[in-house]
Amino acid sequence: MIEVVNLTKRYGRHTAVDGVSFSVQKGEILGFLGPNGAGKTTTMRILTCYLPATEGTARVAGFDVFEQPLEVKRRIGYIPETPPLYPDMEVADFLSFCSKIKGIPGKDRRRKIDEAIEKTRLVDVRNKHIGKLSKGYRQRVGLAQAILANPDVLILDEPTAGLDPKQILETRELIKSLGGEHTIILSTHILPEVEVTCGRVVIINKGKVVAEDTPENLTQRLRGSGALRVEARGETGPLFDLLRTVPGVIGLRPKGDAGDGVVAFEVDAEAGRDLRPELARAVVGAGHDLVGLSRLGMSLEEIFLQITTTDSADGAAPEAPAAAEAPATEAS
Amino acid sequence: MSSLRNVSAIVEKEWRHYFGSPIAYVLLFVWTFLFGRFFQVAFEYFLLASARQGGMEMGMGPKMSLNEWVLRPLFQNMAVVALFVIPMLTMRLFAEEKRQGTIELLSTNPLTDWQVVLGKFFAATGLFGFMILVSLVNFVPLWVYATTAPDWKPVATGVLALLLYGASLIAVGTFISTLTRNQIVAGILSFCAFLALLTLGWADDPAAGPLQQAIAYLSVTAHMEDMTKGVLDLKDVVFYLSFSGFGLFLAQQSVESQRWRA
Ligand SMILES: Nc1ncnc2c1ncn2[C@@H]1O[C@H](COP(=O)(O)OP(=O)(O)OP(=O)(O)O)[C@@H](O)[C@H]1O
Ligand SMILES: [Mg+2]
Repeated sequence: MIEVVNLTKRYGRHTAVDGVSFSVQKGEILGFLGPNGAGKTTTMRILTCYLPATEGTARVAGFDVFEQPLEVKRRIGYIPETPPLYPDMEVADFLSFCSKIKGIPGKDRRRKIDEAIEKTRLVDVRNKHIGKLSKGYRQRVGLAQAILANPDVLILDEPTAGLDPKQILETRELIKSLGGEHTIILSTHILPEVEVTCGRVVIINKGKVVAEDTPENLTQRLRGSGALRVEARGETGPLFDLLRTVPGVIGLRPKGDAGDGVVAFEVDAEAGRDLRPELARAVVGAGHDLVGLSRLGMSLEEIFLQITTTDSADGAAPEAPAAAEAPATEAS
Repeated sequence: MSSLRNVSAIVEKEWRHYFGSPIAYVLLFVWTFLFGRFFQVAFEYFLLASARQGGMEMGMGPKMSLNEWVLRPLFQNMAVVALFVIPMLTMRLFAEEKRQGTIELLSTNPLTDWQVVLGKFFAATGLFGFMILVSLVNFVPLWVYATTAPDWKPVATGVLALLLYGASLIAVGTFISTLTRNQIVAGILSFCAFLALLTLGWADDPAAGPLQQAIAYLSVTAHMEDMTKGVLDLKDVVFYLSFSGFGLFLAQQSVESQRWRA
C-alpha cells in the first residue's frame, strides 16, 4: 500500500532523511519511532505530498506522491504534528469544511461528520470554538479530520501527544480498530504505544532506518537470558544464600532495601528457563514473604535508547546486549 | 465540478472568518459611511455650483452633468479609500494559514493550489463587492426625491469600475500575503504596493517617452477614468481582468514554490 524507496530529503546542506526505504502492506499498522529530529515528520510530509523529496520515490496505493499528488491525497488522512485547525471555527463547521475539500458527496457529509465526532468522542464539544478547546480535544479534532473521509491510508504524526492517559488508551483502541481495513503509519516517542498498537516498527535515527521488525521480535531479540527481580521480606544475607542455591540461578545481585523490610535481588537464570515457580517456592518455603517476582526484559524504551544512542552512525543492526546490564524495569 | 466545490468551500470558509470577526462589520460600516459622506459633499457642491450657474434648476439641469460632478469624484475618492481597506481584506489570506500551520491542511487535502488561491480571491472580492452594494443605499434618496429619476447606467459602470479595480488590488494583496507568515507585514507591504501602483498613473504625460507611457498604462486608477464617467470601454475591463489574473498567477506560483524551498 505504501512503498518508500531510498527516500532522501535535504534542507540546504542538512540531510533530514537519508535513504529511507520501507513498505507497508494493506491493513498493517506501522510504528515509526525515532528521537527528536530523526526525520519522522519529514518522511510523513513527503508521503502526504506536502514536501517534495530530494531523491527517491514514494508510492501510496500505487500512485507516486510526486507524479499524482491529487490521487494520493484523496486516499490519505493525515494528522500533522500540530493539528492544523482554524481556531475561530466551531468543531462541526470545521469538519464540514474538511468534508467538502475531501470531496465527500453532499448527501454523505452529515453522516460522516457525525461518525467521526462519535468515534473521536467530540460529541460534547461539537459546537464549541476550536480555539477554546484544550490541547487534547484539539488533537482529537485533528484525528476526526483525518478519519473523516474513511481514507485507505492514515498517516498520524504523534496522534496521542497531549492526550490524558484515558484518552491515550481510547485513541490507541481507535487506531487499532482502524487497522485491518486501513493502512496506518503512526509516529511516536511513546514505546508502549507501539507495542500495543503496531504490527511492525521502523526505528529511524538521524534520517536513517536503524531497525525494522515486529515489536515482539525486537524485544525478544534484545531480551537476553531472562533476568528476574525478586522482592521478599527478610534479611539480605539469608535470602542471598537461599536464592543462590535455587537450581538454574547463574547470577545474583542484591538490589538493596525496597522499604518496609523488603529487600530486592536481581536473578540471572539459565537461558530458556523460567525460574519463577522455583524461586517462589524457595522463598515461601523458607518462611519469607514473597512480595514481588517479575521478569526483567528490555523494554522497547531501552532497546530504543540502545539503538539510537549507542549505535554507530552507519546504521548497522545492534548486537543484543545482555539483559542483566540493562536498568531494571518491568516488562511482563 | 469538484474544483468548483473546492473553490466554494474556501470562499465559504473565508466568509465565515470575515463575518465571524468584527472585521467585516467594521469595514462595511467605514466603507458605507465614507461613501455616503463623499457622496453628500460632492452632491452639495454640485447643487451649489449649479445653482450659481443656472439659477434654480434643481440640479438636474442639462448644463452640468451629475456624472461629472458627483459620481466621478465619488468613485475616485472611494478608489483611494480602497487602498486602505483592501489590505485589511487580503493580508491574512495566506499569512495566517502559514502561521497557524493550516496551510498543511490545505496542501495535504485533494485541493490544487489554484483552487485555494481562487477561493481566497473570490472570497475577498465578494466581500468587497458586497461592501459596494451596501454602500449604494446612499443613492436611494436620489431616486426617491429627484423629480426625474437619474440615469442608472453611470452608477452601474462606476460600480463595475470600482469592483474591477478592487479585484486587481485584491489579487496583488493575495500574492503579497503568500510571501510572509506575518499578516501585519503582509498588510503594510500590500499598502505600499498599492500606493506604488497609484503613483504609476502620475507618470502619465502625453509628451513622455514610450517607457513612461507603458508604465503609466499599468496604473490601476487611470483605467477607471472613463468608467466613472459612464463610458464602458472593453479595453479597461480587459486591463483589470488581466491584471488580476497576473496577480493570481504570482500567488499560485508563490504557494507552489514555497513547498520546494521548504
Ligand atoms: N523546514 C525545515 N528547514 C530546515 N530544516 C528542517 C526543517 N524541518 C525539519 N528540519 C530538520 O530536519 C530534521 C528532521 O526533522 P523532523 O521534523 O522530521 O524530525 P522528527 O523525527 O519529526 O522529530 P520530532 O520527534 O521532534 O517530531 C531535523 O534536524 C530538523 O531540524
Ligand atoms: Mg516530528
